[in-house]
Amino acid sequence: MRIGVVREQWQGERRVAATPDTVGKLRAMGFDVVIEAGCGASASFSDAAFEAAGATVADPLDADIVLGVRPFPVSLAQRARAGQVWIAHFWPAQRTEELAVWAATGATVVAMDQVPRITRAQKLDALSSQANLVGYRAIIEAATQFGRFFPGQVTAAGKVVPAKVLVIGAGVAGLAAIGAARSLGAIVRAFDTRPIGEQIQSMGAEFLEVKIAEDGDGGGGYAKEMSPAFIAAEMALFLEQAREVDVIVTTALIPGKRAPILVTEEAVRAMRPGSVVVDLAAEMGGNCALTTPGGVADVGGVKIVGYTDMASRMAEQASQLYGVNLCHLIDDMGKAEKFSVDMGDEVVRPMTVCHDGAVTWPPPPSAVKPAAPVAKPAPAPAAAPAPTSKPKAKKKSGGHGHSSAPAAPRSTMAMMTLPAAGLMLLALGPFAPAAFLSHLLVFVLAVFIGWQVVWNVTPALHTPLMSVTNAISGIILVGGMAAMAATTGPEGYQPFSPTNIVASIAILLAMINVGGGFLVTKRMLGMFRREA
Amino acid sequence: MDAVNGMVTAAYIAASALFIRSLGGLANPETAREGNFQGMVGMGLAVGATALLLPREALPVLGVVVVAGLAIGSTLAQRVAMTSMPQLVAILHSFVGLAAALVGYASQLGGEVPAGAEGVIHAVALYVGVFVGAVTFTGSVVAWGKLEGKIGSKPLMLPGRHALNAALVLVVLGMLVPYAMNPAAGLAYLVAMTVIGCFIGWHMVMAIGGADMPVVVSMLNSYSGWAAAADGFLLQNDLLIVTGALVGSSGAILSYIMCKAMARSFWSVILGGFGTEEGAAPAAATGPVGDPIATDIETLVNELKEAQSVVIVPGYGMAVAQAQHPVCTLTKKLRARGCEVRFAIHPVAGRLPGHMNVLLAEANLPYDLVLEMDEINDDFPETDVVLVIGANDIVNPGAIDDPSSPIYGMPVLHAWEAARVVVFKRGKGAGYAGVENPLFLRDCTRMLYGDAKKSVDALLAGLGE
Repeated sequence: MRIGVVREQWQGERRVAATPDTVGKLRAMGFDVVIEAGCGASASFSDAAFEAAGATVADPLDADIVLGVRPFPVSLAQRARAGQVWIAHFWPAQRTEELAVWAATGATVVAMDQVPRITRAQKLDALSSQANLVGYRAIIEAATQFGRFFPGQVTAAGKVVPAKVLVIGAGVAGLAAIGAARSLGAIVRAFDTRPIGEQIQSMGAEFLEVKIAEDGDGGGGYAKEMSPAFIAAEMALFLEQAREVDVIVTTALIPGKRAPILVTEEAVRAMRPGSVVVDLAAEMGGNCALTTPGGVADVGGVKIVGYTDMASRMAEQASQLYGVNLCHLIDDMGKAEKFSVDMGDEVVRPMTVCHDGAVTWPPPPSAVKPAAPVAKPAPAPAAAPAPTSKPKAKKKSGGHGHSSAPAAPRSTMAMMTLPAAGLMLLALGPFAPAAFLSHLLVFVLAVFIGWQVVWNVTPALHTPLMSVTNAISGIILVGGMAAMAATTGPEGYQPFSPTNIVASIAILLAMINVGGGFLVTKRMLGMFRREA
Repeated sequence: MDAVNGMVTAAYIAASALFIRSLGGLANPETAREGNFQGMVGMGLAVGATALLLPREALPVLGVVVVAGLAIGSTLAQRVAMTSMPQLVAILHSFVGLAAALVGYASQLGGEVPAGAEGVIHAVALYVGVFVGAVTFTGSVVAWGKLEGKIGSKPLMLPGRHALNAALVLVVLGMLVPYAMNPAAGLAYLVAMTVIGCFIGWHMVMAIGGADMPVVVSMLNSYSGWAAAADGFLLQNDLLIVTGALVGSSGAILSYIMCKAMARSFWSVILGGFGTEEGAAPAAATGPVGDPIATDIETLVNELKEAQSVVIVPGYGMAVAQAQHPVCTLTKKLRARGCEVRFAIHPVAGRLPGHMNVLLAEANLPYDLVLEMDEINDDFPETDVVLVIGANDIVNPGAIDDPSSPIYGMPVLHAWEAARVVVFKRGKGAGYAGVENPLFLRDCTRMLYGDAKKSVDALLAGLGE
C-alpha cells in the first residue's frame, strides 16, 4: 500500500504530516511513501532527507492513504476516489457542506480533530500533542515581547524580581504554558472553571479560585459556559490579577462557539505598560477584547499577541509529534498488511467523518462509549486532554477490559452447544422418558443462565463468587435428604440403615459448606468499600 | 401429600430464583452483600421445604446434623485468615465432592431402581455423580495441601501419566456398562470406580504446579457443581439440577478467565507439568545475563517523595508476608502527600481469582483505587514509580518479547515502561512458574531484597519523618 504526504496549501501553515523519522516508521509497517515535492521545506525537512528515509517524490494524491495537517482544500476532492483514505484535521462541525462533497467521492475521510478522549486513543490525540507545543510557544512568545527577565535574580547590578504569569484555562496548552513559565523561573498562577487544582499545583503553579461553587466540566475535556454570577466573579478576579501580573496567557475555548471574552479592555488598561497578553484563542475570536488575530497589538504599552500559527512557529517539532500521532493511528488501523477502516472500533469510528459514500459524522453516541457490563456507565476520564494527569481512578473496578471478553466465548459456546444439544435431543427424544427430558431442559437452561449471569461478575469479586457458589453447591444436602426420604419404606424410618447413615454424613458435610461458604462471603464482602 | 409436594416445588422455584439473583448480585460490590443474603434465604427455603418430605422421626437427626454442620462451617469461616482463603475454598470443595459421592451411595444402598430406560438413566446419573464427586474430593484435598504447603508445589510427574489417566478413564467407562445393566448388584463396580476416581483426582492435581492452583480451584468448583447436577438427575430433583448447573458454569467461566489471563489452553493447565518441560531450561540458559541492581530503603523513600504517580503491583508474596496492611497505610501516606497511588491487579495474581482484591479490601483500601490489567496497562509510561510487591511472572517482559520463554504470549503488566520499578523480593529465586524474569535486569529496575512486610514498614518509617 502507498501513503502520500501532501504539501500544505493553507496560508502560513509550515507543518507537514510526515517527517523523515515517521516515514521510516511507516515504511517499517510495510507502506511505500510518496511525498509532494517541497512538502517539508518550511519545517526544515528537505526532499533529500525524505528520500534518504525511503520516500519517493511523486504525486501523493494517487496513493491509497493521503496524509495532511490542515483540512484538505475542497478542490482536492475531485482527485479522491472510492477506497482511498484521507487523513487530516477536518473540523466537520464548521464545514458540513464540504463534508457532503467529500462523501460523494466515496473516499473515507478521517478527522484527526475527532479523536475520542479515551485512554486508548491518547497516543494519537493530535489536538493534545499540538496544544502542548502551543502552550510552550505562548510563553516563548511572551518572553520575546516582554522587556524583562522571567527569573528573579540578585546580581551585582541590582535585584531583579521574577515575572508573574497568569494562565487562564488549564487544559493541555495551559498546563504546558505553566510548565514552560515555571522552568523559566516565573511565578505562575492559573485559573480554570473545572476543579483541576491538583493538576495545576502539580505543574508548580498556584491555583486561583472563584468563591462560587460551580463545576465547569463540560465533558470531553472541555469546560462549559458558566452562569452569569460566576462570570462576574471571574471577571473581577481577572481584573484584580491584571493589576499584579506581567504576563497573561489565555487558552479558553468552547467547542463550536466563539471563544469567551475573559480579559476585558478595562483589564488590559489596568496592566502595567510592558506587560504581555498571549491570546491562544485568537483564531476563535480571542479571549481578550483587544486581540488582533494573526498579529501583535499594542494597547498603551501592553502587547497583545494574537498569533494563529503558534504550532507552525515550531513546525519541525509540531510535524514530528503530529506525524507520530498519524503513525499510531495507522498502526491501530492494521498497518499495511491488514489496513482497514473498522467502523466497529471505538477510536476509528468517531474519527471517520465520511465512509462508503455517506457522511458518518456526528458518530452515534454508543460507538464512542465502550459498552459497560455494569449498570452505571463509567464516567469518561475528564482529565484525558491533560498530559500530566492520568485517568482518575474513578472508573468502576468492573471495567471495560472485561466487557469485550465474554462476547467471543459466548458466541462460540452457543455455536458449539446448540447444534450438539439439538442432535443429542433428537437422538434421545424417541427413547428417553418424558420426565428425563424435562429435567434435561431445566439443566440446559440453568447452564445458560449461569453462563450469562456469571460473566457479569466483576473480577474483583471472583473470590467471593467462588465462596458463594461453594456455599450454594452445599445444596447437595437436599440430595442427601431426598435420598433419606426416598428410602423410607413401609417399616418406617430406620435411623441406622446404611442409606440413612451415609446420607446423614453427606448432609453434615454439605452443611459445613453452607455455613462456611455464606459466612466467609459475608465477611469478605463486608470489607469491600468505596472511597469515602 | 400433594399439597406438601406443591409447596416443596414452589419453595424450590423460589430458591432457584434466589440463587440466580445471588450470583447476579455479585456483579457489583454495591449489590454483592444483598446477593449473598439472597443465597442464604434460598438455602434456608430449600432445606426447610425438603424437611417437609422427611418422615417426622428423621427430623431430630436432621436437626442435629444441620446444626453441627453449620457450627463447624461458621467456626471455620470466622477463624480463617484472609490470606488463607484459597485453602478454605479448596477444602470446602472437597466436602461438596465427598457429599455428592455419598449421596450417590445412599441412593445405591436404598436399593430401589426404576425399570427400563429410567433405570439406565438412574444408574448413569448415579455413576457419574459418584465419579465426579470422588475426583472433586481427592483433587480438592490435594489442592488444599499444595496451597497450605503440606504438599510440595512442584508437579508430580509419573512416567506415562497421560496414558495412565486415559486408561483409567476407559476402565471407568467400561465398568459403567455392566453396572448400568444391573445396578442393584453393582456395588462392587461402584466401589472400584470410586477408588479409581479418587486416584484420578489425586493424580491430576498432583501433576499441576502450585502457580496454576487458581485454575484448579475454580475447575474443582465447577466439578462440584456438575456432581450436584448429576445427583439431581439421579433423584429427579430440579433444584439440584439448577443449582449444580449454576455452580458448574460459574466455575467453568472462572477457569476460562484464568486460562485466558495466562494465554494457555485449559488442557495444558489440566494436563499439568507446566514449567518443568524441557523448553524451559535452554530459555533460562540463553536468557539475559547480569546481576540485578539492589536498592535500599533510603533511596526508595526519596524516590517516593519525588513521585507524582505510583502504581503498586501486588502478588502472592504480599499475601505470604501479610504485607497488605502496611501497604495500604503506605498508600494513604503517599496520597496525603498529593501523589496518585493505584493498584494494578493481574487476573492471576494470588492463588485464587480475585484474591488480591479481597486482601486489599481487608486492609480497608477503597476498591476504586484497584484497577484491572487492561485499565492500567496504558498508564505505565506516565508512572514515576512502580512497586512490585511479591509478584514475579505477571510482570515478566519475556512473556511479550521472548518467544523461547515458557510464558510467552501471556498478557502481563507492562511495569517496565515506568520510569522506575522497584521489586520487593525475598530472595533471588525464580517465580512460581520457575521462569527467569528479565525485568530484574532492566535499567529502570531496582531490587529491594527482604521480607515485604518489613520493607514496607521501613518505608513507612522513612516517609514519616
